[in-house]
Amino acid sequence: MNLQEIIDNLHLKVLTEQIDFAATTIESGYTSDLLSCVMTGAKSRGIWITLMSHSNIIAVASLLDLAAIIITENATPDEATIAKANEEGIVLLHSLHPTFQIVGQLWEMGLRGT
Amino acid sequence: MIPPLIVQEAISAGINLIAITDHNTSYNAKSVIEAAKGSGLFVMPGMELQTEEEVHSLCLFDSLDQLNELQKIVDNKLPDMKNNIEYLGEQFVVDHLGEFIRREERLLITSVNLSIDKAFEIVSNLGGLFIPAHVNREAYGIISHLGFIPPNLNFDALEVSRHLTVQECLERFPQIKGYNLIQSGDVHFLDDFLGANYFNIEKPTIKEIKKALHKIDNRSYYINKSS
Repeated sequence: MNLQEIIDNLHLKVLTEQIDFAATTIESGYTSDLLSCVMTGAKSRGIWITLMSHSNIIAVASLLDLAAIIITENATPDEATIAKANEEGIVLLHSLHPTFQIVGQLWEMGLRGT
Repeated sequence: MIPPLIVQEAISAGINLIAITDHNTSYNAKSVIEAAKGSGLFVMPGMELQTEEEVHSLCLFDSLDQLNELQKIVDNKLPDMKNNIEYLGEQFVVDHLGEFIRREERLLITSVNLSIDKAFEIVSNLGGLFIPAHVNREAYGIISHLGFIPPNLNFDALEVSRHLTVQECLERFPQIKGYNLIQSGDVHFLDDFLGANYFNIEKPTIKEIKKALHKIDNRSYYINKSS
């Protein structure tokens, strides 16, 4: 599936610059709020769902070459974090809803962990 | 941040006691202690441990031997991952002049497989001081990560970050009331040096610092008024 479908179905707000979301394929999903888990568990070009919004999430996403991060529970990253995401080419998406709901919806769309 | 410059900056800032608390590692503490010899600056060996809950905690000791004991345990409990220099930066081990000795290849920016309870027990048994770091911070702070301060662990102090005043911290996090609070510099860059805690103690030992934290035997401490 592609990122545009995810954004549309989950009504996500895009926090970073517009890119060709329809051309961005998402191969897997991962959720954790512990950075050390994400570093071992998330797959390259996957989408990461977390309620964390501090700048360390960008470093981890870059390290793993993740396609996008969905920040849940209405957590809001600051300007510096968004700027860093733009620099690193990480798409930041925002939702009011809890992680459980977002992950459930992605699963229903057919996204899996690997 | 090579050892001789750390010593120089501390002294210029009027500081006479610092602790080296590198993240999940202690190999550079010895070099700073060495570099400070004869300078009047006392350097306490330490480490900032990241527990499995991703909580940061300062571990301070009297001796390098004690710190080395903790290092041995940490060496066994660090996950087997390699550092990625491009994204996470270098992890140099240097000597007292700042000359390169080696690169630490294991990833240090991660959690050690020790719970906060276990880590507290280990450090206490080694004779060290275990102080949860920057408890007010969302990232790696005990309150954010555990939701509360574990009541079964008798922390001698909690550290609040330098970005807020102690008063602001108490207002936002009423659960820290009743704990002895310190506010360290958490210095990562030379031009960032800050000394915030003043200890009225006889000598720079863990025993003396504990007395000061608990205000026993006429020892005491306070946090710099300007914060």
